Amino acid sequence: MDKVTQTSLSVSLATGLYGISFGALSSAAGLDLTSTMLLSLLMFSGASQFALVGVFATGGTALAAIISAWLMGIRNSFYAIRLRSEIRPTGLRRFLAAQLTIDESNAVHAAQSTLAEAKKGFWLTGVGIYVCWNLATLFGAVAGSAIGSVEAWGLDAAAAAAFLGLLWPMLKGKLPLAIAAMGIGVALTPIFGSGAAILLTALVAFIPQRSKS
Amino acid sequence: MTITVIVASLLVFSWKLLGYLVPERYVTPAVKRFSERVTVALLAALIGIQTLTSSGELVFDVRILAVILAGVLLALRVPFIYVIIAAAALAAALRALGF
Repeated sequence: MDKVTQTSLSVSLATGLYGISFGALSSAAGLDLTSTMLLSLLMFSGASQFALVGVFATGGTALAAIISAWLMGIRNSFYAIRLRSEIRPTGLRRFLAAQLTIDESNAVHAAQSTLAEAKKGFWLTGVGIYVCWNLATLFGAVAGSAIGSVEAWGLDAAAAAAFLGLLWPMLKGKLPLAIAAMGIGVALTPIFGSGAAILLTALVAFIPQRSKS
Repeated sequence: MTITVIVASLLVFSWKLLGYLVPERYVTPAVKRFSERVTVALLAALIGIQTLTSSGELVFDVRILAVILAGVLLALRVPFIYVIIAAAALAAALRALGF
């Protein structure tokens, strides 16, 4: 197995299994199995899915749930903009690429050193997470808390480690940006919640960076 | 409920599709640079939030040690998959011990 395949599969497992949390949370929030599965199959964007379910869990309206999920998805537009010129999907493949455009597939793409590996990484991670995420959602929704928390298995730490591994090769010249973004994201989370904090963190990317010689 | 889910899903998909369908002339070098920087910024924020918060609150627990271990292993050029397994194993083991 080559390096990019290994990376894609391990990211797919580490973050895809988080679908167990989503499935369990979604049923606990009162969504039926069909709605829970439709979210993972159609919406397929963790942050938006957790946002929508979170609004329902706290007794919010359908409109509030829709708007939260929608706002949470903005970042995927920027991922798509950087991916389009690299993977150049045409025709129906554009719709497939769009559906698979999420944090992880974009990050695996960005972390590769050659164009061919990057392209492979995007598709493998996108499809891999899609499969893992949906199976895990089903499992979580049906079995609920019977299987124990993802935390007990260390999956929360595994996801953080996977994100760190993906960021690692991108840090050259961007360390100040990464540190600022991390600090702001963590600082704003207790105030606005993690979803809104991530949205606000994107504003850091507007700060122009001095070019280094 | 199901209608809400479908409407919200279509709206979320519209963001993804927008990036692929927007005419090339709007994808200026500045927009592209911003998109690269957003990738780094959000990934870094995700690491911080995933490591240091739980349900919107600051929580310092075994995840910190697991991520530090991951950083050390990455610096030693250990392959990605072992880094993830090691981080999960350390967190799971420490939690099983009651930390």
